[in-house]
Amino acid sequence: MDAVAIVGVGMTQIKRERKADGYPDLVYEASRAALDDAGMSIDQVDNVITVSNDFFDGRTISSMAIQDACGSYDKNVSTVEGDGTFGAFYGLMRILSGSYGTTLVCAHHKGSESQMPLITNAMFDPIYARFLGIDAVTSSALQARAYMEKYGVTEEQCAMVSVKNHGNALKNPVAQLPLELTVEEVMSSPYISDPIKLLDCCPISDGASAVILASGDRAEKITEKAVWVKGVAHCSSAYHLGDRNLYCVCALNEAAKKAYSMAGISEPAQDIDLVELYDAFTYMEPLWLEGLGFCERGEGGNLTASGKTATGGELPVNASGGCLSGNPVLVAGLNRIIECALQVRGDAGEHQVPGVKTALAHGINGPCGQAHCVWILGGEK
Amino acid sequence: MDDWREKQELLVMDGRIKVPYRWFAGEVGTRYLESLRDQGVFLGTRCPQCGIVYHIPRRNCPDCFEECSEWVELGREGTLESYTVVRKHHPQLSVLPLPYGYGIIKLDGADTGFLHLIGEFDEEDLAVGARVEAVFSDAREGNILDVKYFRPTGGVE
Repeated sequence: MDAVAIVGVGMTQIKRERKADGYPDLVYEASRAALDDAGMSIDQVDNVITVSNDFFDGRTISSMAIQDACGSYDKNVSTVEGDGTFGAFYGLMRILSGSYGTTLVCAHHKGSESQMPLITNAMFDPIYARFLGIDAVTSSALQARAYMEKYGVTEEQCAMVSVKNHGNALKNPVAQLPLELTVEEVMSSPYISDPIKLLDCCPISDGASAVILASGDRAEKITEKAVWVKGVAHCSSAYHLGDRNLYCVCALNEAAKKAYSMAGISEPAQDIDLVELYDAFTYMEPLWLEGLGFCERGEGGNLTASGKTATGGELPVNASGGCLSGNPVLVAGLNRIIECALQVRGDAGEHQVPGVKTALAHGINGPCGQAHCVWILGGEK
Repeated sequence: MDDWREKQELLVMDGRIKVPYRWFAGEVGTRYLESLRDQGVFLGTRCPQCGIVYHIPRRNCPDCFEECSEWVELGREGTLESYTVVRKHHPQLSVLPLPYGYGIIKLDGADTGFLHLIGEFDEEDLAVGARVEAVFSDAREGNILDVKYFRPTGGVE
């Protein structure tokens, strides 16, 4: 792959309700921050990818309402309806096409403006599943149970993920839910849909973020702190929940394998210094770590319990606090990329992990991680 | 833009989007739902190449990409591959009184699981591998809720 780099990043603060900011306000704030970070003007942006979802926004072709806020007038602009990692993937492809030297990718979400269960219910098939009332939490509970039963992963091990990630968020100024928790507190939080309890769930959030990608030669002219895309891949699996073994992470395996091969990574646990993954629910962190090949199948719970995934451990996972500490849907995956880029640059502030040379960002799309997108980022071209 | 917003009561426009849709079940879905409504029989389709029996039925095998032209009658009983008991849910999504369950159920004769409701259960009867049976609605209309829910039979696979 030709060299492509992240040259600018911007994130808004994530909050339960950003009532004073409409979608365009959030998008402008994030896009402006990314341009300032890169030291670029909007004229230097060759094309724009927006990331949004019409159901969440409550309007059709939701991307069209934010064109002024992302500076896309007189530019080629396209939209991805899916997680930000997938939006960034499309932005990257546009640079690789040779037609554009830079891409601004922005994502926005306001969970506060609609009703999350009703929107996530609408992702399910209207003939066979939707009218059963299934939503993101109840379907994830089915996946959590399948995973725990298959491998003996425990609710306590999942609770440790909540304690770790909310604790990490204490050092991240954009996080929505920095919390000092104990395993007992997580375990005694009420069941929503068992085995998932309240403190196993990500919150409902508002926020936006933006990333500027640039081709190799443009990147070097724009900034000295470019973060390079070493490998990237996405892969999808079955839509209907019963078609896959929910404990199986085949699509993630495939995506990771391709991304590692591009990046020349043979031993992910040794070659990768930091991971930011999509932990919408606590069980997802150990499950995705298995899918990413950081441990054997079924060992994700033990990996968490070993302390290796803590910020001071061998493989820090979600040092930012992850999605559990703030989950503006769609934005959340782009934030994983941004957090990795900041870590590689050494700009992560209080939650900086020392010596991060190679980082992995991960996003999901569809019910129970139907599709996965994996990014490997590094400081060297 | 700051300061003045702190003291200001921010304005909110309330709205509600209500748009009628007509989702066609298609040929395969129609045959499946008609069979449930009229005979109380679950149908699957078999891939001619790999032999997998899909339930819910599929027109084509997603793996082999061949047309699944053979219909197969399945049992009314099956095995729980996963389940959850819902304690808290959006009132518009709660189709049964709380607490109720969702399960991934592999019907006898099928190779894939499918999602449905779990009702009429003692919690100790729910387990991965527990046997469940379909309870049909009295008035059946040709949709997935013609099966009211599945309930445990007390058996374990």
